[in-house]
Amino acid sequence: MNAGTDSEIERTIRENHPALIAYITAGDPSLEETREYVEALDRGGADLIELGLPFSEPIAEGPTIQAAINRSLEAGTTPGAFFDLVAGLETEAPLLVMTYYNMILQHGPDADPEPFVSRAAEAGLAGIIVPDLPAEESGPLRKACEAHGLDLVFIVAPTTDDERLDSIMERTAGFAYVQARLGTTGARADVSGATHDSLARLDEYPIPKAVGFGVSEGDHAAEIVSAGADGVIVGSALVDLIAESEDPVAALESKARELKAGAERGVPEPEQP
Amino acid sequence: MSEATFGEYGGQYVPEALMPALAELEDAYERYVRNNEEGFMHEFRERMADFGGRPTPLQRADRLSERYDREIYLKREDLLHGGAHKLNNALGQVLLAKYMGKERIIAETGAGQHGTATAMAAAHLDMPCEIYMGRTDVNRQRPNVYRMRMNGAEVTPVEAGRGTLKEAINATMRDWATTVENTHYVIGSVVGPHPFPTMVRDFQSVIGREARDQIREKAGRLPDSVLACAGGGSNTMGSFHAFVPDSVEQRSAKDSSGQRPRDGVSLYAVEAGGSSLEIDEEEGLAPNSATLSTGTDGVLHGAMTKLLQSTDGQIMESHSVSAGLDYAGVGPELSHLVAEGRVTPASVGDDAALEAFHRLSRLEGIIPALESAHALGYLERVAGPDAGEYDVEADLGDLVVVTVSGRGDKDLETVLEETEKRDIEAAPDVEVFGQ
Repeated sequence: MNAGTDSEIERTIRENHPALIAYITAGDPSLEETREYVEALDRGGADLIELGLPFSEPIAEGPTIQAAINRSLEAGTTPGAFFDLVAGLETEAPLLVMTYYNMILQHGPDADPEPFVSRAAEAGLAGIIVPDLPAEESGPLRKACEAHGLDLVFIVAPTTDDERLDSIMERTAGFAYVQARLGTTGARADVSGATHDSLARLDEYPIPKAVGFGVSEGDHAAEIVSAGADGVIVGSALVDLIAESEDPVAALESKARELKAGAERGVPEPEQP
Repeated sequence: MSEATFGEYGGQYVPEALMPALAELEDAYERYVRNNEEGFMHEFRERMADFGGRPTPLQRADRLSERYDREIYLKREDLLHGGAHKLNNALGQVLLAKYMGKERIIAETGAGQHGTATAMAAAHLDMPCEIYMGRTDVNRQRPNVYRMRMNGAEVTPVEAGRGTLKEAINATMRDWATTVENTHYVIGSVVGPHPFPTMVRDFQSVIGREARDQIREKAGRLPDSVLACAGGGSNTMGSFHAFVPDSVEQRSAKDSSGQRPRDGVSLYAVEAGGSSLEIDEEEGLAPNSATLSTGTDGVLHGAMTKLLQSTDGQIMESHSVSAGLDYAGVGPELSHLVAEGRVTPASVGDDAALEAFHRLSRLEGIIPALESAHALGYLERVAGPDAGEYDVEADLGDLVVVTVSGRGDKDLETVLEETEKRDIEAAPDVEVFGQ
């Protein structure tokens, strides 16, 4: 019925509903460890995995992911090495890259997004999320993504008005990334009240909705799914584990299990006949 | 509505959460700044006159004119309230925020000049104000930190990165992404997403408008060239905007007076050459801030523009002895004017800027900001007694306007320290100070 039927990401969310989407920063603390972490998240039940390709000016990130990006840049992570890592990963979960627009523009000459997208497709990535690229400026990247069969995922913010909402929902592919609260990324202790309002007004759009920004626990995941989300996106809470846990591989796997189980708890019980 | 781009530069590359705020700001800019002469603009001009001290003078610099064997005029933005051109924009935006019904002001600052101007404007218009400032800049611009606090602003040091302007902008954007509903972000230069570059230019364009009238009155004609220092570019665009239409092509087309063959006004944007124009890709360092001269196209802080960046797209840490020029990006309209050939980019290094600082202080009794000293340093390189030694050629003509964007009191500590490290011809014996 819509373009989503061709989308590996959309299909994955529908088949694994409610989906767990896990984010970590690639190269934090090294690309070799990122490989182990991705495999752990995959084993733990993450249905989609977002890998952050670090950019020196991450204006949408809170302190946790800023610090991860710094560690990754200090370790010397480059787009070339990032794509090599991705090309060698064999996960059940499709992979997405999350990065800032300048990184996409500089992959080839003449500030053209096409070479980045072409390399991303070749490496096996299924989608791209760009926090500093609103719908208005997305023409060239969307064209390249369509040509290479990648989903360009757009973010819906609490401040997005109805007029913009239509144009974003028309353009987003794979799913709509619903920003649960104003501000930057970062783990929080509760689920924002704005989440329920945001999901309510997205109800009429057929594409899956996944909620991120501040989600850190199984109970949050349950609440978000019960409010109508098709997926939950967790980033900073996982990045915290990488920075602080003595055994990040085990910790990531069990955190993924907790979050996935939480999300499943949120699915409303089918009514008894 | 105003255009969001200047040729291929500009645009609105920001998180979705900020897009509605930009639309709201664009609407307010159209309504008040562009179409409310009797209301907003009248109040703005009155306040700029009574509180700010406009118009600022255009002064003939007698001893510089003698030294360079041509007429040199200085546009004295250092005499504006606060000691720099920054108030033109800060007061405009804080007043606009008030008209928009916003309750809180935030701003980034590099040298501290924009921060102090915003703090003054916020105090003047009774708005709460928070200023983000990189840690390095806090340390090298202490007097400005105290001034901001005196005016009631909260000053928040930013520890990330090298602790200069770009980190301060990142932090302010993050604050704005959280507080956008009741807060206005007073961006300090002609950078950022549309409508900021256009709006800030409009508030600053009073510099060039006044200078254009003043030079015609004093010298009887338009200048051959205008020189202004360029960091983010607010002083540059403010100085140039009124002169942009005075290009060689346009003037020769309409000017039949047969005065001089060359009647266009040349525009020189003088950037910080730092210690070298080479970049260190490995370390991610550019020991300069010469974005227009050496940068490549990319997206930073909401706009497509020229940037100092690695081939991968990481933004370089820039450098200049002058904190106010120390930025890896530049306003998109300047990138466009340079691409079109209307503005000529130039650069002057730390040493030449320090020399020019001392020279103006000694010869004219004006202590300029280190930023402004770059424009004056370029004059020396092109037209000074040793001009032949430098590989710089420019036809500045016989009548030159140089914008003194600010005064140098804030830089004294830096200047004393940096002068001691160097052998600078025009410098006084600095050892008498506290050895």
